[in-house]
Amino acid sequence: MRQFQGRVITPGQVSAEAVVTKQGFNTLASLQMALQFGDKEVKCGDQNNEELYGKPLINKALCLPQTIGSTTGGLVLYCACAMEKNPACLLFASHIDSLAAAGAVLAEVWVDNVSMPVIDSLGDEFLSYVKDGMKITVKENGIVEVE
Amino acid sequence: MILTEEQQEILNGKKGETLAKVMRTMVMYGDAFEAEKLVPITSKYNHLVTSFGLKVMSPVYDLMQKLLDAGVCSEQKFSVDPRPLDKNVPANFLQNLVFNKFMYTKQGFYEEQLKKLGLMNEDAFSCTCYMDEIGNKPQKGEVLSWAESSAVVYANSVLGARCNRNSGIIDIMGSIVGYVPYFGLLTDEGRRADWVIKIETTKKPEAQLLGSAIGMRVMEDVPYIIGLDKWLGSELNDSTCAYLKDFGAATASNGAVGLYHVENLTPEAKELGKSLICEDAKEYIIDDSELERVKNNYPIVWKNPSSKPKLCFIGCPHLSLEQLKDWTINIESRLNQNGKKRVTVKTVLTAAPKVIEAFEKTEYASRLKKTGVVISYICPLMYMNNPLCKKMPVITSSNKLRTYTSARYYTDNEILNIITGGLR
Repeated sequence: MRQFQGRVITPGQVSAEAVVTKQGFNTLASLQMALQFGDKEVKCGDQNNEELYGKPLINKALCLPQTIGSTTGGLVLYCACAMEKNPACLLFASHIDSLAAAGAVLAEVWVDNVSMPVIDSLGDEFLSYVKDGMKITVKENGIVEVE
Repeated sequence: MILTEEQQEILNGKKGETLAKVMRTMVMYGDAFEAEKLVPITSKYNHLVTSFGLKVMSPVYDLMQKLLDAGVCSEQKFSVDPRPLDKNVPANFLQNLVFNKFMYTKQGFYEEQLKKLGLMNEDAFSCTCYMDEIGNKPQKGEVLSWAESSAVVYANSVLGARCNRNSGIIDIMGSIVGYVPYFGLLTDEGRRADWVIKIETTKKPEAQLLGSAIGMRVMEDVPYIIGLDKWLGSELNDSTCAYLKDFGAATASNGAVGLYHVENLTPEAKELGKSLICEDAKEYIIDDSELERVKNNYPIVWKNPSSKPKLCFIGCPHLSLEQLKDWTINIESRLNQNGKKRVTVKTVLTAAPKVIEAFEKTEYASRLKKTGVVISYICPLMYMNNPLCKKMPVITSSNKLRTYTSARYYTDNEILNIITGGLR
């Protein structure tokens, strides 16, 4: 088991199974089709992301460098949270980007009872170490345990 | 973050609970980037990315309604991205059923909300709001609260305005409070280049392909591009601006670029030159083979990769008036070469309503109509974003459309060949 210290964007505690992408996570391309057509597993629809394409994202610990793509990204993430179809947490190796930050903040401020901890700046080593299926535990203080 | 007395009072709820939540959103958003302050928005108009009444986006419309019910609106009027539906665009019975009865059932309701929230006018639906015909063109140095990745990168790079890559909803919330957090592309430091891109191609690079290559490599960093002025010149005329529009949209969608500098061409590169480049900037050389490599690596997600194309979209982002004229001339010419009168693949050119209106007044409109090409104000992305289109062999010259949908990318020249019955 290894611990990584990150920075808390939106707080919370959660345990979940990791899904990992080392390339930018395109929020619109990944989530919209699944949300629109009621995919209960919220499988990733981004054809350009070989690591995630077709994998379920709901209730997973999504480990990523940053999000990319359309500026609808934040509101798509907000909608996923409002519909309770969001990942369990977002764990960023790098500094969070403006679209993901928007989604995290909108969910925190405007959605009641949402719990999607968002931690950034976990470092490149975090993304090298974590693999699909590993157990992730997020603590309130931004510590992320990987086992 | 240090707030002014007025900002703190809003945050404390002096002007109501809903406005306090809007301010809290903007402060938390800024805190994520260690912003020290909020700065006033100085542009005349705002631009929103959310133009579509998708049923699945109900939480967005609920939120907008909360703002309207609380009387919390912006003093800035705004343009917004293109409408998702147009009956002129070819669609079969099943598609029309899905579009009108399942996907975009909130369109009318949402457009009414937009009017109440401050839509500029009924034609202000385009991702290219900065076109003269639309009139939402910020000045150099103005601070914006825009979303829409292609518009943000254009405003920053070509117009020299200052705007972060804001998400939908953040765009209007910034405008409502009148302030945006001061970080990233709003700051001088954030506008310096992390990458030097050297263009060493033997011909003018395809805008959409070059943008894709750079976007994929630099992600959200700022590139300083050397050698492109050899092909584009050093003046921002209609043709160059159209090139930069398409190039920028590809950098923003294939990566997350919010600002680029082109040496001797874009305003800050002209003004500040290589002093914009950070000391530890990385380097990326682009030649013909690199562009070929990038293009050949695009996945083809059609069920049958050798299918005959059924539909072609040109104009994501929306075309300029000059581009509409150019496509008309080029389609006519290629049809002539191939001994055809009308296009052999259903083809849709997309542009802003006001640009289409201007085009319709030119002699080119009737000429284009004769070729069988349809012109529309639609957002091709919104048209394509459903499982029915996933099974449909659609082609495009837009790298943004390729990124978000199953549409297959071809260069402008390849597209011309395909739609006029030439060899693929």
